[in-house]
Amino acid sequence: MSKPKLALYWAASCGGCEIAVLEIKEKILDVAAAFDIVFWPVALDFKYKDVETMADKSIDVCLFNGAIRNSENEYVAKLLRDKSKIMVAFGACATMGGIPGLANLSNREELFDLVYRDQPSLDNADGVRPQLKTEVAEGELGLPEIYDTVRTLDQTVDVDYYVPGCAPEAEQIWGVITAVIEALKTGVLPPKGAKLGVNPKTCCDECKKVKEEKKIKAFRRPWEFIPDPEKCLLEQGLICMGPATVAGCGARCTTANMPCRGCYGPPADVLDQGAKMLSTVASIIDAPTPEEIAEIAATVPDPVGTFYRFGLASSLLRRARI
Amino acid sequence: MSTDFEPRIIGFLCRWCSYNGADLAGTSRMKYLPNMVPIRTNCSGRVDPTHVLKALADGADGVLIAGCHPGDCHYINGNYRTAGRYPLMEKLLEQLGLEHGRVRLEWISAAEGDKFAKTVTEFTEQIRALGPLDWGKQFEAEEAKTA
Repeated sequence: MSKPKLALYWAASCGGCEIAVLEIKEKILDVAAAFDIVFWPVALDFKYKDVETMADKSIDVCLFNGAIRNSENEYVAKLLRDKSKIMVAFGACATMGGIPGLANLSNREELFDLVYRDQPSLDNADGVRPQLKTEVAEGELGLPEIYDTVRTLDQTVDVDYYVPGCAPEAEQIWGVITAVIEALKTGVLPPKGAKLGVNPKTCCDECKKVKEEKKIKAFRRPWEFIPDPEKCLLEQGLICMGPATVAGCGARCTTANMPCRGCYGPPADVLDQGAKMLSTVASIIDAPTPEEIAEIAATVPDPVGTFYRFGLASSLLRRARI
Repeated sequence: MSTDFEPRIIGFLCRWCSYNGADLAGTSRMKYLPNMVPIRTNCSGRVDPTHVLKALADGADGVLIAGCHPGDCHYINGNYRTAGRYPLMEKLLEQLGLEHGRVRLEWISAAEGDKFAKTVTEFTEQIRALGPLDWGKQFEAEEAKTA
């Protein structure tokens, strides 16, 4: 029997997910042994035209990382969807927009203004901006079109499974890969839309810190003090996204005494991670009057950047108003 | 702004105070603008910010949250939760470019039918002045182009 075919692609993301795949270390050899890797631009020399010539559904599994923020991302997402039997949104960006999704706080014009006009260190007297098409002596050059709104993979194409995380943890990746190998052998697949490489509860469930009743008098930020390593970070006034984040990472950030930032996304059945966290944070403020509670709540400096650090593009409102 | 704009408002009313306040306004035959669709919740503290965001994302122009006065909560301190969520939600919505005043929090007791009627009319006029929100519209052009 021929080996199942695997494709990996990198859209709007930092490349960390590609590194995360290599974090499984020598097991990458097992991946190479189990799969026929037919497309992986970061590691192997394939071109888009190689994929274009493949028959539809000829790739068994595609691990797609990165958000969709330009026409190239979108073209390849659609192409790989057509060619793949199983499309996996791999990592926080493909799953929920990730850090690039925060670009949804502005639009293309504002981004271009900042990058090509307003940067103090910029030397661009002619006001040159990227053009979709440029004539040069050798012919016409083209650039992908940047969109106003960063989208998740599933806002662009049909997605079968999600492997969240920024980046997904190596042991979870390995777990997903072995599960896929097994599933392809037996033909028994997890239900469509499942999050893979996560555990059913929240990050708090995996966090070993001692948790008591949460009552906060003031919010603090990580640089302001050194938190007690034994106690729940949220109880110490740090906004830790643990209660609104699905388990799966092994609470690595909180173990290192840094609050969870929510990269694994919400637990099942939660529609909007940021809304849930906002609700949690506001509910544990300890003050005698509604006015004082409101005052303390209003001290959270950047609600969108805190509660939607990874999830703005997949949130209910998805972006700031254009 | 079109002159025939009728605001669509979702009202989350706590069943112990504000919903009864609405009942009192009705049984007292008070007149107020009909733009608000009331949704009865057990407590204003039950109004998850998700509900508010979903209403706005799905076409509401404004959202009213109404609950018992502080100290009067049937569940002792549910409305204190609401009091904390509201300013955070306002700040979040401001960051997302919504005008101040699209979401409103009011304490309305079961005896305050007049306050309920006045609040709904006032809030409707306020939203009318702000104009339609139409949140989904901003995605249409780009999504149609790339569909």
